[in-house]
Amino acid sequence: MELIYATVVGVMVTCSVFLMLRGHTFAIVMGLTLMSYAVNLFLFASGGLALHKPAILGETENPTDPLPQALVLTAIVIGFAMTAFALILAIRARADLGNDQVDGRSAPTDSLATKDKEQREKPRATEKASGGKSR
Amino acid sequence: MNLIWVPLLPLLGTLIPLLLGRYPRSMLALGTAFLPAVALGIVIHLIPQVMAGDYPVVSFEWIPLLSLNISFFLDGLGLMFCLLILGIGLLVILYARYYLAEGDNAGRFYASLVLFMTAMLGVVLSANLIQLWFFWELTSISSFLLITFWSHKTEARKGARMALTITGAGGLALLAGLIMIGELVGSYDLQRVLASGRLIVENEYYPVILALVLAGAFTKSAQFPFHSWLPQAMAAPTPVSSYLHSATMVKAGIFLMARFYPVLSQTELWFAVVSLVGLTTLLVGAYTALFKHDLKGLLAYSTISHLGLITLLLGLDTQLAAIAAMFHVINHAVFKASLFMAAGIIDHESGSRDMRKLNGLFRYMPYTATLAMVAASSMAGVPLLNGFLSKEMLFAESLNQHTLGSLSWLTPLLVTVGGALAVAYSLRFVHDVFFNGDPIDLPKTPHEPPRYMRVPVEVLVVLCLLVGILPDLIVGDLLVAVGASLMPEGVPEFSISIWHGFNIPLLMSFLAVLGGVALYSQRRHMFAFQAQFAEVDAKYAFEQSVQRLVRGATRLQEFIDNGSFQRYTFWLILAVGVVLGVPLLELASAQGSIARSDVDLVSIGGALLLIVGSVATVMVSHKRLLALVTVSVVGLVVSMAFAWFSAPDLALTQLSVEVATIILFLLALYFLPQRITLNHLSPARIVRDLGLATVVGALVGTLTYAMLTRPVNSISEFFTINAKTGGGGTNVVNVILVDFRGFDTFGEITVLAIAAIGIFKLLAGIRMFAPSADMDGRAWSRDRHPVMLMQISQSLLPLALLVSAYIFLRGHNLPGGGFIAGLVTAVALIQQYIANGVVWMRERGDLNFQWFIVSGLLLAFLSGAGSWIFERPFLTSWFDYFYLPLVGKFELASAMAFDLGVYLTVIGATLSILANLGKLTTAERPTPGGQS
Repeated sequence: MELIYATVVGVMVTCSVFLMLRGHTFAIVMGLTLMSYAVNLFLFASGGLALHKPAILGETENPTDPLPQALVLTAIVIGFAMTAFALILAIRARADLGNDQVDGRSAPTDSLATKDKEQREKPRATEKASGGKSR
Repeated sequence: MNLIWVPLLPLLGTLIPLLLGRYPRSMLALGTAFLPAVALGIVIHLIPQVMAGDYPVVSFEWIPLLSLNISFFLDGLGLMFCLLILGIGLLVILYARYYLAEGDNAGRFYASLVLFMTAMLGVVLSANLIQLWFFWELTSISSFLLITFWSHKTEARKGARMALTITGAGGLALLAGLIMIGELVGSYDLQRVLASGRLIVENEYYPVILALVLAGAFTKSAQFPFHSWLPQAMAAPTPVSSYLHSATMVKAGIFLMARFYPVLSQTELWFAVVSLVGLTTLLVGAYTALFKHDLKGLLAYSTISHLGLITLLLGLDTQLAAIAAMFHVINHAVFKASLFMAAGIIDHESGSRDMRKLNGLFRYMPYTATLAMVAASSMAGVPLLNGFLSKEMLFAESLNQHTLGSLSWLTPLLVTVGGALAVAYSLRFVHDVFFNGDPIDLPKTPHEPPRYMRVPVEVLVVLCLLVGILPDLIVGDLLVAVGASLMPEGVPEFSISIWHGFNIPLLMSFLAVLGGVALYSQRRHMFAFQAQFAEVDAKYAFEQSVQRLVRGATRLQEFIDNGSFQRYTFWLILAVGVVLGVPLLELASAQGSIARSDVDLVSIGGALLLIVGSVATVMVSHKRLLALVTVSVVGLVVSMAFAWFSAPDLALTQLSVEVATIILFLLALYFLPQRITLNHLSPARIVRDLGLATVVGALVGTLTYAMLTRPVNSISEFFTINAKTGGGGTNVVNVILVDFRGFDTFGEITVLAIAAIGIFKLLAGIRMFAPSADMDGRAWSRDRHPVMLMQISQSLLPLALLVSAYIFLRGHNLPGGGFIAGLVTAVALIQQYIANGVVWMRERGDLNFQWFIVSGLLLAFLSGAGSWIFERPFLTSWFDYFYLPLVGKFELASAMAFDLGVYLTVIGATLSILANLGKLTTAERPTPGGQS
């Protein structure tokens, strides 16, 4: 069982790292999500793998380690907040930079966004661009 | 308690000149001098006590855990320096009154000067190592302010920067040395360090400590090869040169060596390093001084040379050498300060400092010339003056020492050469400036300075004479007291007198004077010889090396920080791999002592799903919807895994978070590019990324396996035992969250709140583009709120709220609690948004999510702060059981209120994130038919 568990965690980490090394934001957010699953599983494993022994007093003779569970519980919620933040950052970056590349360099394929950006900025030519930096 | 006022009064005195800046100069100078004068009075009042060996001490605790105390003590060494700092400081204040031009901001000048005085007093009075270092650095900073006083001059700025860099770097080395000393002795209290005897010397780290402390001392006291900053600091106004760069600050390094003399010296290493550095500095300084045309340049190099002399004396292994060193500290301060002041007068009244132009000034200012000639004679070591006495002592000690082993005979020879050079440059100062023909096109016609500008010079010159003629009477007792600080085991008998009979030191003095006169008379040949060497501008060399450093740093930064996030991620993950890998290499085997447990079919199935889901996510990551499906499969199986491995709370949380995450992703898809084309991926790149990913994955997997097969020594037993009795709940996980580790949870919901507010801010004012159709030109569906969905979700809402209330209430004893209940509520509300739209929801009461977050955090805080009323620490929990008719026995706990805070924060944060994004889609969506 331990071997399988470890293999699964390893494979998940491998997949998430590969995704996090990609250039477009969607893949990175996916990678982050996978990574937080893997990390939660890893943290959870530090309490050992026990079947049918929840940490509720009076239910079992020998309850499993409750501490990693408490840690992972908050980690799940904070992981959600982090994923959300990264995702919104990606949206904001696309709105400001006109592309979904983490390096901010325009990908030639995202023509819709570019066209849209041009259209939006034409009437507001005199206005200052909203914090968007051009590299 | 008198002692605390000695550094404190000048510190307060820093403010006076700033306040009096607009008043007439004389009033400003008097006001500035008042508090230091009182401090000097206190020091003089304390003299008998110090002489008796009963050192005044004053100490306040500040951060005792870090050994940081504010403490001062006054011993003989400190007393001598205090008298110099305050005495010469007062004279300089008087002198500067006449020196500064009308347009100069005298208030600022005096404030910096008095700040420096405070810093210097702090150095010599400190009884705590860290405090000593603090004041040490303060001297560097106030010196910087004083050198840049005429900040419009380039050389002032460059010189100040150079001085600050070199002395500041030395200061950092000193800090390291002091910390090592403090840790070694086990106390940062200076008196305990000084009482530690041979402890430091015998430690294996002694060479390191010595090198660090000496680096601080040598940079501050301008010892070779760190001497180049001092001549550059001459860009400061002359009162500053006189005070800081001859009398006091450059003596701080000497002070440091003297301060640690009892615990760091008396080793071969000390003698060799200190005496050789001192000797080199003595000769280099004296030789260079001879060729300087600038009056202050000559004096600066002469100062370097004399500092080398003092250092050399501290490095000699004879009994009286250290006493002679301290004696020369006094003598040099007195004659060099007066010489600088005289040079300032000459500069002030004739408009030039160039000795090629200044000639025959005796006719114009005979009185000043006489004073300067007496001081210069003292510098040269002419009998009946104080400089002669300490130089005689140097000659005598150089004959007695054995510092350099069989080469020790070199020292007397070389110090005699140094003496001859000193005579030569002193002669040049006197002869070139006051005699030697007529002035050559000076900007002004020289004349005598104002009456009171000469007073400080007169006072110092009289001191030269008094000490020179009646040494034992004037400084004898003081030197005994200083000796007691340097040699706590007992000061050897000594007497300073003018006449010791015809002996070798006298012969050496005679030779030095003869040699000096000979050198000066042959100066034309020497200047011709020296002219063959290209002049190196230290300022220029320094600036060049600084710029080289900056260029190198910029190149390095451009290499690392090239603006590519992908690259940063790669290096970061690689670093994680290294950090993980190295300890794993040291682990003998991954398999620990616990045997593997059995495998069942459910686990295999789950594992396969997870692996397939993860790999599929990678494969289809460019097809957004598919990738979402695969990733949510992984999330669901993870929550099932939690349920399987006895973690019902986790399973519930993961499940509800999963719902929220997927809704969030679906919303986000609308704003992200619809089609992701994999931009050109070179095979090398794929191999590189895949390789790194595999390595890190393998490492984490191995780590997981190693962890799972080893017994855990955990603190969890405490929680399991005390959950019911101490926290009043049977669900240990929940009790940990809201009770035992409540403070952590409080921090975590705060993080959640910050993330939600950050997202709110990121979305504010965003200029979203809203495609009216997808990539293939298909328009969005017009059926935005299907009736079926509306009906079902509306009838589900009360049910869902009921469930969440139930989960919340039972959380303390059974799986559930604030986190899960909050998520369930949030998901139920989000469902209403999805089914009915933002407008429909707004019509039925606009929920302010920020208000939820704030009230949740506030409730959590108040439930913790409530324990303060009962004088318990923050978040001490309370619970009790009550009985109500009909309801029966039930429990009330303060943790419940805390959990309610968690509940509200989670709802607020989740809804704020999702609904804010959702509102955008509504606003931006093209609206056929004009409805919103």
